[in-house]
Parts: sequence; structure tokens; C-alpha cells
Amino acid sequence: MNGTLIIGASQAGVQLASSLRELGYTDPITLVGAEEHPPYQRPPLSKALLLGDATPESLLFRAPAFYTDQRIDLVTGERIVTVEKAADGSGVATSASGRRFPFDRAALTVGARARRLPVPGNDLAGVHYLRDSSEALRLREQLLQASDVVVVGGGFIGLEVAASARKLGKSVTVVLADDRLMNRAVQPPISDFFAEAHRRRGVDVHFGIALSRFVDDGTGRVCRVELADGRTFQADLVVVGIGAVPRTELAEQLGLAVDNGVVVDEHGIASDGTTVAAGDCVNCPSPVPGPFGRLRFESVSTAVEQAKVAAATIAGVPVPYTAAPWFWSDQFDLKLQAAGLSVGADRHVVRGDPAAEKFSVLYYRDGLLVAAECVNSPADLMAVRTALAKGRTVPPELADDTSVPLKKLLRDGAVEAAP
Amino acid sequence: MPKVTYTSHTGDTRTLDGIAGDSVMQTAVRNGVPGITGECGGVLSCATCHVFVDDGDLDRCPPMSELEDEMLDGAAEDREPNSRLSCQLILSGELDDLHVTTPEFQE
Repeated sequence: MNGTLIIGASQAGVQLASSLRELGYTDPITLVGAEEHPPYQRPPLSKALLLGDATPESLLFRAPAFYTDQRIDLVTGERIVTVEKAADGSGVATSASGRRFPFDRAALTVGARARRLPVPGNDLAGVHYLRDSSEALRLREQLLQASDVVVVGGGFIGLEVAASARKLGKSVTVVLADDRLMNRAVQPPISDFFAEAHRRRGVDVHFGIALSRFVDDGTGRVCRVELADGRTFQADLVVVGIGAVPRTELAEQLGLAVDNGVVVDEHGIASDGTTVAAGDCVNCPSPVPGPFGRLRFESVSTAVEQAKVAAATIAGVPVPYTAAPWFWSDQFDLKLQAAGLSVGADRHVVRGDPAAEKFSVLYYRDGLLVAAECVNSPADLMAVRTALAKGRTVPPELADDTSVPLKKLLRDGAVEAAP
Repeated sequence: MPKVTYTSHTGDTRTLDGIAGDSVMQTAVRNGVPGITGECGGVLSCATCHVFVDDGDLDRCPPMSELEDEMLDGAAEDREPNSRLSCQLILSGELDDLHVTTPEFQE
């Protein structure tokens, strides 16, 4: 009996292993990861770790005794390179070092890798990507010495690094090809607020311009970035945050359906009917009703919820993935929190005071609350999460009344009743 | 080593030796204490590390920030006067021998 092999010692992988034991699964569990460190949290890599408030050790999810107590065989430093599987779902995975991991059932929680910018000078010293703790430590070391930081990309990695670099007293310029910040994750009202908020804090932001090359200072180190319109910016350190690409190589080897990630159903099962997958590598049906189709949603909560679903499937007590997505991003003293899916909303209501940097944008579709994006307004965010979980709404004409806590304005009604 | 005792809503208790500088949440999650989730990793973004602090220990806890106060309003289980988010309770020589009870629901 070989039990379950979880490939990818990630947020989703750790959750899947933990949930299996919580559900009473007693077969062996092996959790294998390519990194040398035991699994750890990634969100602090662009924030606390860069600022010196965290170390790789302080970010570990669990103490070593947790894995042994739970009979989870944690294997680090082994990159799985081949997987072979029979129709019943059992098989063998092999690592780069040649170690074999037989399994009765496999789970893919391999996450995503940082997308590379394919321009000349991409491999110069001083050009950084940020996905893992070793990259974060290298970035911190160089950041402390740097003067002119250029961030390429307007997503969470770029903006959180920009904020951290400003806090360390660096000159910071953000350049992005998109016409607004965080354009895959939030709507224009929030994009626009953050652009101005970053500018107020001394970050120089330039939209709608692509990078054409990194300029070598003659010693193999970056000294300038050159934009497509010919402008250049001084840069002794560059951080590129232009998205993440799901790791699908093992899924493709297995002949699984792959399309912007490993395609799974609402129970986390891939196209072979036996392999499960969860987290940043996954393309799943939308957990909430609406004009969404399939999505690949990169957040801690999505990884956690999908891992719980995948574990339930393996444990023989399947539950569908229906949890509304949510995420957070901390930039300077601005806490951005969002819940639900705001794409396709037909109306929004602003609640609170953007000038005071404390407000929420509530999104509606067909008169019902479907999402919120909140800045320094955690009570609003939590009320909306409750609303989405319980099929409740806030009438849009009442939503901007800040004299009443949002949770007291909740009413029954939902876009469609949740199962 | 600062100690923390966790009592579940069903009365099971577990005492752990914590590390000064770690939070009550980190100590629980790292050691697999059920009843505390800590989904956001301790940055006041999720309210899933809600605990009820024993009345005798409440005064020794650090003051509550406005952010923690707002997040507690959204905790899955209704807050009580002795509610805290355990990611904000940092163990130390002063904050030692703490007793907390975990709610039935964190989500």
C-alpha cells in the first residue's frame, strides 16, 4: 500500500496532507517538494522578509514534529521529473536524483513559476524575479545596497516590492505595459486609487509602456532600463513581476487536459478521473455562479480551499469547491482585501472615504452583491465574505451609509442560491 | 520558555512550550493544534485565529489595534469581551503562561 503522493510541498500541498489526516485517512502520505526548505508561506517574501521582519525559518507552515506526528513523510530537495500511472490511478514518480516514489493516488500541487521577460539583458546581475525564499533573500541583500529600484509590472509582487523598497528609503519607479495597476485582480476604481496612493508616497508610476531591454554597466550588472519609446531610467536593481505560469509539465506527461493550468472538475479531479490537483497550477470551474466559466485564481485561500476539496475526494467524502475566492495585499499602510469575483459586475457603490484612504467598493450584478474590494476597511470585507458565504446581499441604495456597520445591512437574497 | 495552554470548545486541553517572539497563533498552527487556522499567516487579514483569553490573562495582553478590533467583528463565531486574534498575542517573558479557549468555528 503506497498511499497518496502529493507532488509539490506548497501551501496547497501542506493543506492537502493535513486535511487528509483530519478526514481520517490512514494510508501513507508522502509530500515531496523540489525546494530544500520545508514548505513555507510565500506572501511575506515581498513584505516582511524584504524588510527584515521575517526569516525563512519563521515562515515555515509547521514544526518538524507536526509531519512526524501526523505520519506525513515530508521529502524536500527532490524535484519530480517523471510520473507514470496506470488507469486505476496508481503509479510511480521519479525525481531528478533518481529516487522513486510509488503511489496509489497522486496529487499535483506544483504551483506556478514567475513569468520571465524575454528581453536583452534579462540575465544581468541585479535583475530579480521573486517566487521563492532564496530569491527573496538575494533580493533583500541587494535591495539594502541599491539606490534606484525599477519595478517592471503592476501586479501584487511589483507593488508590494515597490512599497517595501520605498520603506527602505530607495528611489522607486514602476513601469508596466498595462494601462492600470493590478488589472487582473481588481477593478478600475481600486487600480486608480492605488496608483495615486503610490505616487503620494513617492513611487513614480508609468503605464502602458513595455520594457525593451536592460542595459549592462559593462561588468554584467544592470545600470538602466530602456523602454519601448526610447526613454531610459537609471536602475541598479530591477524586480520583474509580470505574472506566474502554472507548472503543467507533469500533467502533460500524464496526458491530462491542460489549459492555463491543470484542468480539474469541481472535486479537484483531473481529466484522467483519478489524479487530483489544487492551488496555483489549477484551472477549475468557477466556485461561484456567474458569467465566469473556468478560472485559475492565484491566492492563499483558493489553494487552501481547493486542497481541502481534493483531500475530501481522495478520502472518499467528496465535496464540491464552492468557496468564494478572497485575497489580500499589503502595500505601505494600505490593506487591500477583496472577496468574490468583480468581473462582469454591472454596478458599483463606493462606501467610505477614499480621501481618508479608508473605503470599500461593493460590486453588484442584477441588483445583488457579488464582490467587494476594500482598502483599510476590514469590517466591510468580513461582512461581504459572510454575505457571499450565506447567500445574502446588501441593497445597493443602503450600502454607502457608513453610519451603519455593513454586517447590519445584510439581507437575504443571492445571485443564485448556494448549494 | 513561555507556555500557552489551548482549551478546545469541547474541553480538550494542550499545553505547548512556545518561543519568545512567536504568536499564540503561530505556536498553535505550527504544532497542529486544531481550532486555530491562521489562514493569512498572521497579518490581520482573515480573522481565523480567534481565541477567548482567560479573564485572568487578558490584562497582560498587548492593547488591541483598530485593525484587530474591526477584523474581530467579522470572526465566524461572535466575539466576546475576552476575544482576541491570536496572531497579535506575542509570547515573551511577560506574556507567559497564557490560557486561551478556541471557538468551535473559525470559518
